[in-house]
Amino acid sequence: MDELIEILKDLHSDVDFETCTTLIDDKILDSFDIVSIVSEVDDKFDVAIPAKELIPENFNSAKALWDLISRLSED
Amino acid sequence: MLFTSLPFVLFVAVLVVVYYVFVPHNERWGLLLIASLAFYFFADPKYIIFITVTALTAYVFAILTENYNSKRKAYLKEHKAEWDADTKKRYKTTTTRVTRLLLFFALLISLGILAVTKYTNFVIETINSMRSEPLSFVNVIVPMGISFYTFQTVSYSIDVARGTVKAQRNFWKFLLFVSFFPQLVQGPISRYGDLSQTLYEPKLFDFRGVSYGLLRILWGYFKKLVVADRLVVALKTLTASPDEYKGAFVFVVMMLYAAQLYCDFTGGIDITIGIAQMLGVTVKENFDLPYFSKNIKEYWNRWHITMGTWFTDYIFYPLSVSPTMLKLSKWSRQHLGNEVGKRVTVYISCFCVWLATGIWHGAAWHFVVWGLMNFVVIMASQELEPLYAKFHGKFGFKGRHWYSALEILRTFLLMSSLKLFDCYRNVGLTFRMFGSMFTTFNAGKLFGGALLELGLDRGDYIVASVAIVAVFLVSLYKYIRGVNLRDFLFEKYPLFVLSCVLLFVSIVVFGAYGAGFDAAQFIYNQF
Amino acid sequence: MKKITNSDKLVKFYYVACVVLGVAVAAVAVWYLQKLLVPKYQRGVVEGAMISEYYDSEEPHEVIFLGDCEVYENISTVALYRDYGISSYIRGSAQQLTWHSYYLLEDTLRYETPEVVVFNVLALKYGEPQSESYNRMTLDGMAWSLSKWNAIEASMTGDEHMIDYVFPILRYHSRWNELTQTDFDHVFERDRVTTNGYYMRTDVMPEGEFPAPTPLTDYTLPESSMEYLQRIVDLCRENDIELILIKAPTLYPHWYEQWDEQVRDFADQNGVPYINYIYLRDAIGLDMSTDTYDAGLHLNLSGAEKFADYIGEYLVSHYDLTDYRQVPEVASLWENDILFYDQLRDAQNAELAQYGELQSWGVNAIEN
Repeated sequence: MDELIEILKDLHSDVDFETCTTLIDDKILDSFDIVSIVSEVDDKFDVAIPAKELIPENFNSAKALWDLISRLSED
Repeated sequence: MLFTSLPFVLFVAVLVVVYYVFVPHNERWGLLLIASLAFYFFADPKYIIFITVTALTAYVFAILTENYNSKRKAYLKEHKAEWDADTKKRYKTTTTRVTRLLLFFALLISLGILAVTKYTNFVIETINSMRSEPLSFVNVIVPMGISFYTFQTVSYSIDVARGTVKAQRNFWKFLLFVSFFPQLVQGPISRYGDLSQTLYEPKLFDFRGVSYGLLRILWGYFKKLVVADRLVVALKTLTASPDEYKGAFVFVVMMLYAAQLYCDFTGGIDITIGIAQMLGVTVKENFDLPYFSKNIKEYWNRWHITMGTWFTDYIFYPLSVSPTMLKLSKWSRQHLGNEVGKRVTVYISCFCVWLATGIWHGAAWHFVVWGLMNFVVIMASQELEPLYAKFHGKFGFKGRHWYSALEILRTFLLMSSLKLFDCYRNVGLTFRMFGSMFTTFNAGKLFGGALLELGLDRGDYIVASVAIVAVFLVSLYKYIRGVNLRDFLFEKYPLFVLSCVLLFVSIVVFGAYGAGFDAAQFIYNQF
Repeated sequence: MKKITNSDKLVKFYYVACVVLGVAVAAVAVWYLQKLLVPKYQRGVVEGAMISEYYDSEEPHEVIFLGDCEVYENISTVALYRDYGISSYIRGSAQQLTWHSYYLLEDTLRYETPEVVVFNVLALKYGEPQSESYNRMTLDGMAWSLSKWNAIEASMTGDEHMIDYVFPILRYHSRWNELTQTDFDHVFERDRVTTNGYYMRTDVMPEGEFPAPTPLTDYTLPESSMEYLQRIVDLCRENDIELILIKAPTLYPHWYEQWDEQVRDFADQNGVPYINYIYLRDAIGLDMSTDTYDAGLHLNLSGAEKFADYIGEYLVSHYDLTDYRQVPEVASLWENDILFYDQLRDAQNAELAQYGELQSWGVNAIEN
């Protein structure tokens, strides 16, 4: 989780990723950011997030994103 | 049937009455289907064949895929105990290949029809420009709204393949999703997941919905007929003889076209959403105050939203997170450094998206260049972001009202100049005209009656200006308050009714329709 | 189940009342604006105001003239009354086509049945609708009836629509930009422009040379106009009305010999008289150096009175017409018409004396 927060902080240093749950809804993360995150996650966690998981619900908060990564790595 | 034609207005009026008075509420979707097919039939009976083939393809594909997927899930479950991880993985890979193949064929058929009908002559023209013996053009019909309904079926097919929506097993219901007439002409591009629920559910007469719908329709016609169709006259004059109208006139073209396109396109969408709303169907918004955007990326999140998200979801994301791209991303980060390498794949995908967007807008090179110019500007603003950040950090302008206004103005001017490609419809000419603004501006030319020789007289300019100010104020209300003016008006219902009456009367008197005005086709009609 | 309370009913009533009121306000506004925006034809081009004036005329009419400028500028209805006691009305307007005349006759029969109908044959040469603006001048003034609907159906040119006739504001809305004081003054009340359909001009411009008639490839009068002429004949017969076909004595547009023959044959077959007054110019006593105001195209007041005298003589000698000068209640109505006629003549003559030409009538008076 900390590693994930780090990835996010790298993109937007001024956002409180631990608590924010509207990263997509409030347009904090845009499509460029999401693609960056996917490639970082692939790098750091060796988890490939497929296109069909690129939906607001999975990216609105760091927690949701973490859950997604955990789910995908279990499969 | 144009939205602005009287038969269309009567068609909708009769439909709404029959819909609520004579049809039981749980069968109203059936009437919507009949109306949609009738709408298509009146335009050209041949169109029905095209739309049915496209719909049938997606329909059959979805059912096959879903059946296959549930079978393989069951099969997997059955053998869960006996298979080891490797066998399981192998089974998954083979079966996934089958569904992929199915999807490939489904998309091939529907995109193939789109490509053949819309782009054959474009390809021939391009080939001809490179060879000495020209090929002759072929006579293909471009079914009305084919880009829109094809995109809807493509997104449906992909969503079903991904398992994010359930396949529709009633063909008539599915056909309604594909052919729903208010959005057939110029969008929005709806997703099955968004539209299906609201389309098929039993619809009760909802006073608020019908009121909102009516106001929305009137507002759409107001924008379209009082502003857009009036300004078209001057724009035609200006762009028909570009050599006569250089310099400052190009700026006039920019401003007029920004207003004309906005009013035409958002007006059309207002009519679409309004009609749907009167029929109890909720269609996704396609615009969110685009001219209030502070940068180009924001602009494209607010302008023609359903198209933007479509390209993001079905081209940009799949492309950028594909294994090949991820590999490329890794490689470039290792070899080009983290900062640059990170952006390479994003830009490649982004390039593809804008290329596709350009081609989608029309079978012509100026659209392709327009799309790529958008890409260039987005890339540039992305690259300049650190610089901006530094600048903001140093002076602390960011967030101040006047600075926001400046950013909005900058974005507006930037986007308006890109729209010139669409005005002059010729790449070289557009660059030349744009350049003339800086070499021979000569604002003096505009005064002394030159503006009155473009096909609009003083009265036209006054009416258009007042209407544009009204449109701006309504937008500003939403921008500042965050809610729509109509919500406020509905609470004071007499004001709501008064607004409808005022709009109706202004449209009737000041609308640019009938003899003396060219009935301008919707800009997005043949897209 | 939710119980419907009185306050719910009140709320519902409030919304329904708002909607009903809104619809009413919109309807009244559009109705008023339509009245304001339609052309009034009050100055200059007054032809568009002629057809509707008929409905204000209170006296009975035993003679109805049908036709175009060859009747409404050439026959003085007042002279017919003054000299013979004939109460007549000219239902004519600019380039009134044969089917216009037919439907105007139908329309007239809704109000009264004349003894005699006089049809001027010049329009027979047109087999197709000619122009929207002339259509409008004839049709917009008609009161609504099935006849008007059919007249519109028969008259529309390619890009005209019935709906624009039903709601003229759809056609004329862009006049918001060219409204004049005349429009605001005449929203509900129109000024009178004719005396029982006669449009008076007192100025003089002697008859000049007309261009030589161009030979035609086909001299057959169009089937469509002849068919409507037949319908006029039949309608008159059904209603026991005597029909007379005439050709006014003016020479331009050219009335070909071949056309004359066809009309003569038609008249013979149908047993109706046909009189070509071109041959009778001397008998009428026309002096075309003083009896025309536009170089011979149309007669002026002096010419129109002479022509009326001549026609009137024929009418009273061939038909059993009432001498309305002896019918006090009709005579008093005619007195008003004569008063209008005389005042108009004096006003035009005054302008002629002052300016040498008319300022408030004709070309000089056109506003936009």
